[in-house]
Amino acid sequence: MKILRSGIALIQDRGRLGYQAFGMGTAGACDQYAYRMGNLLVGNEHGEASLECILMGPTIEFEEDTVVAITGGNFSATLNGVEMGNWCSYRVNSGDTLEFGGVISGRMGYIAVAGGIDVPLVMGSRSTYVRAKIGGLDGRNLKNGDRLSIGGGNLLTAGRQLDDRYIPTYETDTTVRVVLGPQDDAFTEKGIDTFLNSPYQVTNSCDRMGYRLQGDAIEHIKGADIISDGIPLGAVQVVGDNQPIIMLADRQTTGGYTKIATLVTADIPKVTQSPLDSIIRFKSICVSEAYMSYRQYEEQFKNLRWPEEQA
Amino acid sequence: MYDEPRFLPAGDRALIMELGDAIEEKCNNAIRSVVEAVEAQNIEGIEEAVPTYRSILFYYDPLVMDFYGITSTLKKLYDQLDVTSGTTGPTLVIPVLYGGEAGPDLGFVASHAHLSEDEVVTLHSSRDYLIYMIGFTPGFTYLGGMDDKIATPRLERPREHIPAGSVGIASKQTGIYPIDSPGGWQLIGLTPLKLYDPNREPPILPSVGEHIRFKPITKEEFDAIKVKVDEGAYQPTIIKVGEPA
Repeated sequence: MKILRSGIALIQDRGRLGYQAFGMGTAGACDQYAYRMGNLLVGNEHGEASLECILMGPTIEFEEDTVVAITGGNFSATLNGVEMGNWCSYRVNSGDTLEFGGVISGRMGYIAVAGGIDVPLVMGSRSTYVRAKIGGLDGRNLKNGDRLSIGGGNLLTAGRQLDDRYIPTYETDTTVRVVLGPQDDAFTEKGIDTFLNSPYQVTNSCDRMGYRLQGDAIEHIKGADIISDGIPLGAVQVVGDNQPIIMLADRQTTGGYTKIATLVTADIPKVTQSPLDSIIRFKSICVSEAYMSYRQYEEQFKNLRWPEEQA
Repeated sequence: MYDEPRFLPAGDRALIMELGDAIEEKCNNAIRSVVEAVEAQNIEGIEEAVPTYRSILFYYDPLVMDFYGITSTLKKLYDQLDVTSGTTGPTLVIPVLYGGEAGPDLGFVASHAHLSEDEVVTLHSSRDYLIYMIGFTPGFTYLGGMDDKIATPRLERPREHIPAGSVGIASKQTGIYPIDSPGGWQLIGLTPLKLYDPNREPPILPSVGEHIRFKPITKEEFDAIKVKVDEGAYQPTIIKVGEPA
């Protein structure tokens, strides 16, 4: 396929796992739910690479017959000028044009194609990690005129539609579940109480690395510095200005600021899709409740049934 | 170093095993020993280990083993372990242009320490630092053993852009930024060397367990080395164990 206009798009998959001990971040799709559902809609079951678009989708001319699905944020996709729905798969013919318009909801959109986008694996992943200049296409965002090849996929997966109960709604005031820790003991009781009971607003300092929020100051006992340790995906880091930053796919592997809590896997996409100025609230749950949420999250991907498979 | 390891939850897919709360060689050796043992035993459910100065972040699959299962397995492994093993490697010499535009925070570090800028440079460059961990970004070395006199807190608000090669101080730590990135360290100098280069073999220059020595250079020396580095012709100075400095 040919990229006529790039928008802001880059190649991502589940991420580069196993190299964080060398300081190599995972990268990977910021909204793993939308990324994985997109793949399943086009029949990909092996972590194939998709395009992640941040607020501005690309214009693509297809140079082969394939199947495509748009998931995540809704950026008014059209195929040859005809409106496309998110969360369903379409048959696409060579010469067809996929285009995007204004943002209707969310922040990160995914374009999955049958067979996945075919770029070389770097350390086991096709994910673009721009800061380290690796993965995807030369470790960079797509640009006008780029050509991407597509792995051979199954054209019979066209016409799949995700059941309504699996389609997330992106709210501008959303509550996410967290497990307190690893450094919740670095905060005063008042600090923890403020964190769990105040609204935090999404600022314009948000990217694939992390989302910086703004709200009531979260009080430390002795300050924000710790001896550097590992940063898990979804960690809520509170730096010296007492404001929270939610750490996402392009986060550093380690860091020296206190982490008050960690988001549950299932709720990370809610943050990813929150637009500028929207509100995020934090709700504390215990580790065993978090496991239940994870089990439910993973089961969603296994329970899908498609019309063509029922014949 | 603690008598017993602490286990801290980090969401539904990760936990932290903490062996201490200070930068000390003994604790860092223990961390390396635990990671080696976990890798050798191939514990079911553990997907990835990120070792640091004094803790290990484990990613795991909670559908295979939960927090309590993982922590009891790790506790048992720790109790049976000899945590005193640990070897050290050669010294990599890093030429650094200190102060000025190359190190915009050198003045702050000096006034915080009630020293002159030259005294900070002398203290910073007069000892070898053990590479305790690599993290943050590809090839970012965390070095132990800096003189307490020049310890300086991190910036209250991290910078959004720090150029590759910047040498910084954060509390009692010192290190080098291998790629352009945001960060909160006090910047005292700049090296023309590339610690990370994806097109070079190996892409990451230093390794855990080796030492680093900073060597002050002039602007002219910096420019000359940079030309060689860009041509791929620069050979870094490496002092082998037992060789005179």
